[in-house]
Amino acid sequence: MDERAVLQVNLRQSAPIPLAARFDCGAGELVALVGPSGSGKTTILRCVAGLNRPDEGDVRCAGEVWLDTANGINLAPQLRSVGIVFQSYALFPHLSALGNVESAMAHVAAGEREGRARDLLELVHLSGLEERLPRQLSGGQQQRVALARALARDPAVLLLDEPFSAVDRVTRRRLQRELAQLRARIRMPIVLVTHDLDEARVLADRMVILSHGETLQDGPTMQVMARPATAQVARLLDQNNLFEGRVLAQHRDEGKTLLSWLDYTLDAAYAPAFDVGDPVAWMIPPECVILHRRDRPSAGERENPVSGMIREYVPMGESTSIALDVGAPSGVPLAMSIVTHHARRNNLAVGDQVSVTLLTSGIHLMPPADDVAGGRPAERPTRRA
Amino acid sequence: MNWPALLLSLKLSAWTVVWLLPFGIVVARQIAWREFRGRAWVEALVALPLVLPPTVLGYYMLSVFGGATPIGSAWQSVFGHQLAFSFDGLLLASILFNIPFAVQPMQRAFQSIPLDVREAAWCSGMSAWRTFLTIEFPLAWPGIVSALVLTFAHTMGEFGVVLMMGGNIPGETQTIAIAIYDRVQAFDEPGAATMSGLLLAFSMVAIGAVYALSNRIGRRHG
Repeated sequence: MDERAVLQVNLRQSAPIPLAARFDCGAGELVALVGPSGSGKTTILRCVAGLNRPDEGDVRCAGEVWLDTANGINLAPQLRSVGIVFQSYALFPHLSALGNVESAMAHVAAGEREGRARDLLELVHLSGLEERLPRQLSGGQQQRVALARALARDPAVLLLDEPFSAVDRVTRRRLQRELAQLRARIRMPIVLVTHDLDEARVLADRMVILSHGETLQDGPTMQVMARPATAQVARLLDQNNLFEGRVLAQHRDEGKTLLSWLDYTLDAAYAPAFDVGDPVAWMIPPECVILHRRDRPSAGERENPVSGMIREYVPMGESTSIALDVGAPSGVPLAMSIVTHHARRNNLAVGDQVSVTLLTSGIHLMPPADDVAGGRPAERPTRRA
Repeated sequence: MNWPALLLSLKLSAWTVVWLLPFGIVVARQIAWREFRGRAWVEALVALPLVLPPTVLGYYMLSVFGGATPIGSAWQSVFGHQLAFSFDGLLLASILFNIPFAVQPMQRAFQSIPLDVREAAWCSGMSAWRTFLTIEFPLAWPGIVSALVLTFAHTMGEFGVVLMMGGNIPGETQTIAIAIYDRVQAFDEPGAATMSGLLLAFSMVAIGAVYALSNRIGRRHG
């Protein structure tokens, strides 16, 4: 564990939800716990807050031991300095917005509570609505009250359980932006539970990928997104372009690994972890698949050219999603996304034969998995458009 | 109008409410929120007086607390009077018979408080006691008030178990319901009519108040 981390979490249990989770969160850092429904994200958050007790594990925060099952330590939620925003917000329905925030201020002198509660409501842009009851507030406003109440305790760690899932998309975007702005003013570690990959990508410094309660990968968000550790993580990250190949050669000097895939030899970013002859799983993000222009071929088309037939052509607003049948034995198509007007200019249609470039820098190699390019997981984190 | 009987009924109802308020809250919270073995049997036990003929309860109470029983004898030696056919015995019978009227509305009230609201209170640093006082009680109070009004009104009208356990001793155990029966037996039609009318009006006002309260709270939290 990182000794500089403010929050250190290590949990194990076998039932009712299996857990084998381990992650840290530093001061001012936002860590997103990402995984499909039932992956144990919320259970982990509840274990940190003291609302669930795992079979084994320890939770330390700012030098305090909150949970240490080996030594029989399990502090009650009241004794853990957490601020939590529940998915349902869990506001006290009989108290005003101000009352909700003040209720978490037992540690503040009675005479100062109202002033500080008003400051917090101003921080979350709710000035003027202090006396409203929760039912008189919109979903977004309720979420802000819940956030202000969570901050009212001056917590050592802020826990957010799917805090944006119950509001409409426009409100969600606005609240996400406000959270990003708020982070500049608070230094506590923040743990965000979400099944929304885009939300995690825009908000989190680090991502912890979970499946069935187990930490599959933990790292900086961009690194996890672009370089999933395993094919399973890649699938959880909604990476559809996942195939099997074999390492043909390693060219360390040129920074390349040659990959054999179908009838092609592809240049991939140098991946020293694999030996020549190793079977590998590999992926490429759709944005690294570049369509060749039919009317004006260019020199760039010499980079990993692959041809195939358009199986799906789905215009979705400004971008068009295209699935190419490249003859993979599993039948998995190569997915790409291009600007809609570009697609129209090229007169693309289902059944057309086209060629594309797979950007070398976008090809990422992983250890082989039994079911790569085979079956699909039943449920994955969702990506909102 | 038999004023001593009315006053006795009011006194009995008030004391029943006083005892069942804390008892009901404790039991209702446990049944509402805790999973434990035999919970269904505890709920059945709480509901039993609803379906049991009052005479059956009265019979068993006399069997357990009567003067010749060990408990009855012990009571007599400590307090100097027997439990059966006394106000104390009447109160005990009334408390037992009113348990479902007190517990069930409170149970429903506590069950309607979402778990995450209580958890939010704990995570806001509130102790269990402060959570009860500032969150649970205010949210459950309409149910608690309903329970107490129902208990009070039901005690005012209770007849069978009161007659079995208390007898019909004027000034001691003769409640207004028994006094009405007494008047009818004595062919005192006007006396029975006055007291019956009073009990009818009282019950109507009490039940009406409960429904009005429920509707008001329903609108407020809806």
